[in-house]
Amino acid sequence: MELLQALFVSPFMDMWNEPAFFIETFTKGLLTGVLYSLVALGFVLIFKASGVFNFAQGVMALFAALTLVGLLEFMQGKDMTANHLVGMTVVAAVVAIGMLGLKKVNKISSVQAPYALLGFCAVVGFAWILRTIGLPNYILIPFAIVGTIITMIALAYLIEIAVLRPLVNQELIILFMSTLGLAYVLEGVGDLLWGSDVKILDIGLPTDIYIAEFPFGDVYIEQLDMVAAVVAAAMVIILAIFFNKTRIGRALRAVADDHQAAMSVGIPLKTIWVIVWSVAGIVAMVAGVMWGSSSGVQFSLSLIALKALPVLILGGFTSIPGAIVGGLIIGVSEKLAEVFWYDLHGGAIENWFAYFVALAFLLFRPQGLFGEKIIERI
Amino acid sequence: MNEPAAQAAGSHDKVIGDVMLDVNAITLRFGGVVALNNISFNVRKHEILAIIGPNGAGKTSMLNVINGFYHPQEGEITFKGNVRSQMRPHIAASQGIARTFQNVALFKGMSTLDNIMSGRLMKMKRNFLWQALHFGPARKEELEHRAFVEKIIDFLEIQSIRKTPVGRLPYGLQKRVELGRALAMEPELLLLDEPMAGMNTEEKEDMCRFILDVNDEFGTTICLIEHDMGVVMDISDRVVVLDYGRKIGDGTPNEVRNNQEVIDAYLGVSHD
Amino acid sequence: MFYRESGQFKSSYAKDQAIFPIRQDQIAIVLILAVAFLVVPWFVNDYWSKSVLQPFLVFSIAAIGLNILVGYCGQISLGTGGFMAVGAYASYKIMTSFPDMPIVLVIILSGFCAAGVGILFGLPSLRIKGFYLAVATLASQFFLIWMFNKVPWFHNYTMSQITVPPREFLGVTVTSSSAGPAAQYLFCLGFVVVGAWLAKNLVRGRTGRSWMAIRDMDIAAELIGIRPLQTKLLAFAISSFYIGISGALIFCVYLGTVEASEAFDINQSFLVLFMIIIGGLGSILGSFLGAGFMILMPIVLKNIMVGSFGMAAVTAKHIEISLMGVLIVFFLIVEPHGFARLWQILKEKLRLWPFPY
Ligand SMILES: Nc1ncnc2c1ncn2[C@@H]1O[C@H](COP(=O)(O)OP(=O)(O)OP(=O)(O)O)[C@@H](O)[C@H]1O
Ligand SMILES: [Mg+2]
Repeated sequence: MELLQALFVSPFMDMWNEPAFFIETFTKGLLTGVLYSLVALGFVLIFKASGVFNFAQGVMALFAALTLVGLLEFMQGKDMTANHLVGMTVVAAVVAIGMLGLKKVNKISSVQAPYALLGFCAVVGFAWILRTIGLPNYILIPFAIVGTIITMIALAYLIEIAVLRPLVNQELIILFMSTLGLAYVLEGVGDLLWGSDVKILDIGLPTDIYIAEFPFGDVYIEQLDMVAAVVAAAMVIILAIFFNKTRIGRALRAVADDHQAAMSVGIPLKTIWVIVWSVAGIVAMVAGVMWGSSSGVQFSLSLIALKALPVLILGGFTSIPGAIVGGLIIGVSEKLAEVFWYDLHGGAIENWFAYFVALAFLLFRPQGLFGEKIIERI
Repeated sequence: MNEPAAQAAGSHDKVIGDVMLDVNAITLRFGGVVALNNISFNVRKHEILAIIGPNGAGKTSMLNVINGFYHPQEGEITFKGNVRSQMRPHIAASQGIARTFQNVALFKGMSTLDNIMSGRLMKMKRNFLWQALHFGPARKEELEHRAFVEKIIDFLEIQSIRKTPVGRLPYGLQKRVELGRALAMEPELLLLDEPMAGMNTEEKEDMCRFILDVNDEFGTTICLIEHDMGVVMDISDRVVVLDYGRKIGDGTPNEVRNNQEVIDAYLGVSHD
Repeated sequence: MFYRESGQFKSSYAKDQAIFPIRQDQIAIVLILAVAFLVVPWFVNDYWSKSVLQPFLVFSIAAIGLNILVGYCGQISLGTGGFMAVGAYASYKIMTSFPDMPIVLVIILSGFCAAGVGILFGLPSLRIKGFYLAVATLASQFFLIWMFNKVPWFHNYTMSQITVPPREFLGVTVTSSSAGPAAQYLFCLGFVVVGAWLAKNLVRGRTGRSWMAIRDMDIAAELIGIRPLQTKLLAFAISSFYIGISGALIFCVYLGTVEASEAFDINQSFLVLFMIIIGGLGSILGSFLGAGFMILMPIVLKNIMVGSFGMAAVTAKHIEISLMGVLIVFFLIVEPHGFARLWQILKEKLRLWPFPY
């Protein structure tokens, strides 16, 4: 009886009695949900195009955030440790290799070996100059972001050469395991390069609290959350346009349906993989930055990937709208359960609650949110 | 290729028994596609019935309905006197319906021997606790079934590939192993979906021989789908013709051959 | 030359179906067991027992369990840590509630508890497959760990840490810090040998075949009369049984004191998964090879880096993590089917040596 009360009655009464608080919680859930959607989107992109369940997505977010912080600190002239030096060099090297790769992959640019070396020196030199001049943050931040994006693209290229290409045509579970290995590598290397202490990521996002006034009370919303939601939403829209309006985007969708078809569009599979992994890397960066801005950059950031996984079973591994809507559903239900059903569970449920929501949903709709019912054939 | 087949067909003094399987007014739809439209026919004990028809006619769907994999929207199936419209495939299997598939559906990671042994699973009664000990009754049971499976291996002449993982076998042999797995179930009704597709003449002859022998020696009723008209005419007792989900012919090979509608719809456009 | 099948004709199906049909293998296994039971206990010291042998043995059991589920039945699970925790906490509760119960029985009962929980969390496998299922099994990982930390009953209303009381087996103390290295080692070894033998019997018989049928082609499996529901749940149950026993041994023997969120976190699930992938999916031998590799590699790496090069421990840790990752990817590329396949290839070569044709 008490249990039923705590389960079905009192939470709803609380919601009814304190509408402002309810709206606040709901909004908070929505805003977090957008971030989940973004991370889930990273998974979906890669899964759609290459069938790889990329468990390293979360660590990629961590890696990107670490690189961004590292670059920024370096240029801001923070006390330099050996780690920073090594880190800078490695980033530059990765970028150089990546530039070489761009040429090979798809004649997008005509970079050649000497140029790659030049690129290497340019990155280090440029960062060094910026460091010595001591420019204000609003100039450095864009540079750091661009630097990180280039690093993520280069990383995608390296992953394609070193992991995906040798494993092509392997079973899916093998590819999945290789991304687990990749996650270890990125985590170790990221920590090696930039140190494993908690870093504060400040790229000038607002940190105040926005107060919306309603007749029934004030609703407090963190501006950082709002910015994150807007950026994530913008990201989603850009991706949607990219997929529907550009030649590469269409090829990517073709490859999801049928590898042969993609070949006939005239883009080699390898290129497509590099592009997809780059896009996923950039998506990871955005997610990493948003998350890192609010709670610091540290290992636990990579765990946001685990938050996005239930979104995947809810929305489907291959559905972009599924990832978006699924993220919102999970974000909201998780926040509501955490706040209004607190008496029942006593907190700290965020690790598993989302999974139960997804599973319960699957019970009633096994094909997921937007999937069509498939009848297996033999 | 007709020689052994024709020979066996010539010795058709076998007794066709009562109706074993009765398919009654089956309709099966996938969204807008009507895969089977009001199909009725029956299979008698001990006969070899062929289902023919152009691509996409619904032949495979028909077999899938018979062994419970697809659930038809309308109609019912009577097998050995039990009427049903829907059932799970493993129940159909336990009633004595075995099956081979158009695109070989073997267990790729297992050896030939294990694949055929898996056909005996239903007959093995000892539970996992006995097996974990591999002792007493469980061990005895395992060995008995092994002996049975060895007989099938001899019958199909695949002794030399006993321990080979089936994934490594050529297509023709895979089809043969698949037949072995179905035979291991000691079925009363054997459904064969294009057992000779993609085989060369010699392999086809072998397969014909096996089918006729199974029918003869074990008295197994057989319902098969085949595109090669020569084979169909030679080995089957009766032929059912499907076209776009409808039944357009049913009779002895000769009757079907002379049926005008069938000629128009099927034989006329057939290339083989 | 020495490794030959020729001349050893199998006169009956029984001989052909033995676990080790070739005489040389039989001799080898007897030798290994003799050394493990009779020689090692005399020489084993605290370091070897605690850092190498015990983790190797207890994780071998977990690897066998997970291999049954993933390698034989084809259901990917990421919830291993959670099921280990069930085994650990069950053994703690049983031991403290029934102080007189023999320790072996305690551990076996803990396995049964884990099996029950495994069946529960295996239920989604009936509706969802592949990676969807893999993700769903994470629910068990996170939920179970949360539960053991949150519900005070499980840790007897103390802090969330649990500590094993001393228990004897055949008059020798095997649990808690007062137990000797040889006793603990032998205790684990006993479970490993019996567990591996039972598992091998299962996978080569009817049960194993129905698991593999489900793994290779679940539709066809159902059409030959296998019931997917029972078969999958049986795999979940037996797999969790092994993993639960492993968790109970980790708590009672290997670690002595555990905290659910540390000892059984998600990294533990990945570790066991790595073991079976690198060792070889669908191979009992592979489970051992993988466990050995994944336990030994970090120790060796650490000894080289910290011991030989005098690196700072933190840096060494980071390098170790990256190297683990690199090695995993490397092994997947070189031999996706793991050590077990390498071993098989080697054996085939040996059989023909020195005349390859
Ligand atoms: N699981 C399914 N989902 C959707 N449509 C299906 C399914 N199975 C069969 N169909 C459709 O039903 C129709 C009949 O297919 P079926 O495979 O039975 O033909 P068939 O006679 O066996 O052809 P073939 O000679 O090519 O094997 C086809 O239009 C096919 O697309
Ligand atoms: Mg067909």
